[in-house]
Amino acid sequence: MSTEAGTPSIEKGSSLWRDAWIKLCKNHVALAGLGLLIFLCVVSLLTPWIAPYGYEQQDLLLGATPPSMQHWLGTDVFGRDMLTRIMWGGRVSLTVGFIATAVALAIGVVWGAVAGYIGGRVDMVMMRLVDILYALPFMIFIILLMVVFGRSMLLLFFAIGAVEWLTMARIVRGQVMSLRKQEFVEAAHSLGLPQWTIIRRHIIPNTLGPVIVYTTLTIPSVMLLEAFLSFLGLGIQPPQSSWGLLINYGVETMEEYPWLLIFPGIALSLTLFALNFLGDGLRDALDPRTAKD
Amino acid sequence: MLKFALGRLLQAIPVLLVVISMTFMLVHSAPGGPFSADKAVPAEVLAALEAQYNLDQPLWRQYVSYLGDVLKGDLGPSFKYPGRSVNELIASGLPTTAELGLYAMLVAVFIGVLAGVTASMRPNTLQDYVPMSAAMIGICMPSFLLGPLLVLIFGIHLEWLPVSGWGQIPGDKILPAITLGTGYAAYIARLSRGGMLEVLSQDYIRTARAKGLPEFVIIGKHALRGGLVPVVAFLGPAFAGLLGGSFVVETIFQIPGLGRFYVQAAFNRDYTMILGSTVFFATLIILFNLLSDMLAIWLNPKLRQQVRGDAE
Repeated sequence: MSTEAGTPSIEKGSSLWRDAWIKLCKNHVALAGLGLLIFLCVVSLLTPWIAPYGYEQQDLLLGATPPSMQHWLGTDVFGRDMLTRIMWGGRVSLTVGFIATAVALAIGVVWGAVAGYIGGRVDMVMMRLVDILYALPFMIFIILLMVVFGRSMLLLFFAIGAVEWLTMARIVRGQVMSLRKQEFVEAAHSLGLPQWTIIRRHIIPNTLGPVIVYTTLTIPSVMLLEAFLSFLGLGIQPPQSSWGLLINYGVETMEEYPWLLIFPGIALSLTLFALNFLGDGLRDALDPRTAKD
Repeated sequence: MLKFALGRLLQAIPVLLVVISMTFMLVHSAPGGPFSADKAVPAEVLAALEAQYNLDQPLWRQYVSYLGDVLKGDLGPSFKYPGRSVNELIASGLPTTAELGLYAMLVAVFIGVLAGVTASMRPNTLQDYVPMSAAMIGICMPSFLLGPLLVLIFGIHLEWLPVSGWGQIPGDKILPAITLGTGYAAYIARLSRGGMLEVLSQDYIRTARAKGLPEFVIIGKHALRGGLVPVVAFLGPAFAGLLGGSFVVETIFQIPGLGRFYVQAAFNRDYTMILGSTVFFATLIILFNLLSDMLAIWLNPKLRQQVRGDAE
């Protein structure tokens, strides 16, 4: 993270990112996670065109069948193709994961940056509020929100996003506070650069590392939260589908048709794996504290 | 220490007030009254019901009287179970949930610390990779997936353990406790590994080694105390998570505990029950966070000095 490292060749600040990329490439598990994630995103984007069957296409005569050549992951009790349902469910799960994280990111970064940059009493009040919110039983609050306002997907985004921004705000604030006192920021001030330029050129690029790392680690916890709510019947509602909901259905019939539970479970777990490993790898690559060894 | 605890308890009061107010507003801004969901009720019956639950009064008066009741420890009557109060419902579910949580915590701490300490003793060897990979699986395998899978394997196929219930058949507490505890065991394993690695690199451990102390004494007597501070600090937040996790585990295993009551209340739109449980949970969580912070301070001399410095 240190741009004052001496040698003139790193003036542009691009070498940090190249270093991080080289480091990440050496971490095969993290790379595999990244690859799997890209694959899942592409499949999700293309689902309407590449899904082997229609989303609502039933075959009541067929019923639930184990995996076969026609249906790679089997069919459910209505004869619906599981691969198709998992692909559509993944679209919803990933969308919730990314959008709710984006909401958390937006609130957290702005909140933390403002608190850290202004400092003083404003900072104290803003961070006190974060402390208070930390003490609230959030899982319960989300359930409450979903019950009171109905179970819409839009609300789910905001409810989860509104919960997950706290840690992000703390991280960004800490980073901004420590940056503000660095010599190169003082130097920029003394050169008479406008406030906004300093924020844009120096503060934001230097907070990006931890923010990226923490964002990668927030996505899996958000997806888990969505699956958890959907499993309880308080999240995504049919006819829409998500992995949590598919697992919920799978549990009901797991004695007779275990594949209805196992395949959505594998899909969810693999995605969480990929995101966690990628997050860990990014932390190793981008964290300034581990950067020197 | 006492001053610190008292200060934190005082801070908890506004937090609780915020929780109660927010929940109260949320519940009362819900579209439709609590009795409008079912069949059409005659107007006079509805009026009588509303009068019985004080719903005919202005909102601020309801709020004030609710706050007064909460102060006295009375969480009001349940909307959906006529004749039963929220206090009774909580009291009937709490022992079960507390027992489940205790067992899950024991599973989590025992397995987690064991795995973490084992891994930290030989970092970057097989002895490190195996438990840590297992921990990663534990983190990525949510309880609502792990529970059914365990039931499928040990309950249905092997027929070793009962698949549901609580305290009726011997052994029916094992699967729920493992299901709830595994995720926390995984986190605790990672935290204790990190904590131990940091402690093991310090000078006083090198001194202990130089004195020729057996490895067992070095780890057990000297390193554990410092190495487990992150774990202890995690126990408070973990408790809050455990409550949330009990929603799922109690639903899967059909355990009559608080979590299941809460989810049922959410489905039945039993607003007083939701409101009361939320207040109750929030109080519990704040208390446990305080306890875990105090324990962490007691374990860590550096923090102890800081607190003393603040107090003086």
